[in-house]
Amino acid sequence: MTTHFLSDTTTLLGRSLRHVSRSPDTIVTTAVMPIAMMLMFVYVFGGAIDTGSESYVNYMLPGILLITIASGIAYTAFRLFQDMQGGIFERFQSMPIARSGVLWAHVLTSLVANLVSLATVTGVALLMGFRTGAGLTAWLSVIGILFLFTLALTWIAVIPGLTAKTVDGASAFSYPLIFLPFLSSAFVPTDTMPGPVRWFAEHQPVTSIVNTIRDLFAEQPVGDDIWIATAWCVGILVVAYGFAMNTYRRQIS
Amino acid sequence: MTARSTAGPAIRVRGLEKSYKDLRVLRGVDFDVDRGGVFALLGSNGAGKTTVVRILSTLLKADAGTAGVNGFDVAAQPAKVRDSISLTGQFAAVDEILTGRENLVLVARLRHLRDPGAVADDLLARFSLTDAGGRKVATYSGGMRRRLDIAMSLIGDPPIIFLDEPTTGLDPQARIEVWRTVKELTENGTTVLLTTQYLDEAEQLADRIAILHRGRIIVDGTLDELKRLLPPATVEYVEKQPSLEDVFLALVGDDGTDKERS
Repeated sequence: MTTHFLSDTTTLLGRSLRHVSRSPDTIVTTAVMPIAMMLMFVYVFGGAIDTGSESYVNYMLPGILLITIASGIAYTAFRLFQDMQGGIFERFQSMPIARSGVLWAHVLTSLVANLVSLATVTGVALLMGFRTGAGLTAWLSVIGILFLFTLALTWIAVIPGLTAKTVDGASAFSYPLIFLPFLSSAFVPTDTMPGPVRWFAEHQPVTSIVNTIRDLFAEQPVGDDIWIATAWCVGILVVAYGFAMNTYRRQIS
Repeated sequence: MTARSTAGPAIRVRGLEKSYKDLRVLRGVDFDVDRGGVFALLGSNGAGKTTVVRILSTLLKADAGTAGVNGFDVAAQPAKVRDSISLTGQFAAVDEILTGRENLVLVARLRHLRDPGAVADDLLARFSLTDAGGRKVATYSGGMRRRLDIAMSLIGDPPIIFLDEPTTGLDPQARIEVWRTVKELTENGTTVLLTTQYLDEAEQLADRIAILHRGRIIVDGTLDELKRLLPPATVEYVEKQPSLEDVFLALVGDDGTDKERS
């Protein structure tokens, strides 16, 4: 079984990447919303928000990148849901292939699709004046954190993808995830928020991830934030992976 | 590549039981399917036909009983079973976004065949889909989709093929196309387990017929054996009226040989 895992997963990855490339609108939609938010925040609300000496594009880009990922994984759930609905998933499961390859192909596709969206959004941010003097190590750290965050959210997305009864159900889970950065340090410094909101904002995963990426881009010391951020991502990843695999095993009994 | 074993029946099912919560779908199903030919599992909607096929194709676990496919136990040796079968489910299991040819290449790759492109082209020709091979499956008619679906199931030459209600939802011409395809399958020794709710379909295609009713097989035999269960035929003279199907096919002027309908 495992002898074919790599070749089967590669074959299936090729299939779902072809899906993505034949419906480029999914990537465009994923990138358009964060770009529109970025335009609005920078050119409309940004002037009213005091972020100190930092330019507002630099300040909010990390949060925008997380929103990009949160809306991107909705399509991961959607693609998996489509396979479950049609007979193709059962065809794969009844074939002599490495069965878990079916799921891994979707996960890897999610990583590739999100990478393209993230690069697009970062490109637009550069046009809008985003600048960083970050060196290679800082860039690799940023990419590493975003990779972990994407992987963690992708495994969350697998769960509704496998269990949803309707298309809407398959993607609705992503709305709270898209909203989470608003209740963090992503757009507004947390010390302007009232007590309970501030407490939530300072203790939820997005804030430590946003702060880490922001400091890495600004060539500032990241302190403990990078470890807290990594711990959050790995923790979510492990739990989501466990639940998703459990759900998967029950589905294919 | 494919696990061949020649001893024993193609499929052996003993005392198969399956419930969904309180609903007892299968209440002890027994039947054997000999090698070669078409075996039809006939039953009305909800009789449990699909449940039987899902258990035999390792997609579902039975609550009780045993099932062997190609000599391998479905619960103990699922990988060997999957190596022996192909499933064409109730809804055409094709990838709509890929072209017909890409669908075939995909399955050939997953079956680790040496020249996936050649396998695909060969099957496209055999199923009169060569011209449509480069088009997205989303543009195919129901009959074309089914033909592609069955073509995908033949890749890797599995000795046993499950066809779960292959003509449900198809128009008359497409049905005839599928029937012709199924008849051709058995010419090279493949065993076909077909489920259907259409009596004429079982009559047209099957060498043996088992009737599944309320979770049990109530009769099992050749068409002639089943006919002998009723009192001998009496001769009556009845004016031959054309059936609606005769009228439809005569008016449309089509016996299902066209290849490009949409």
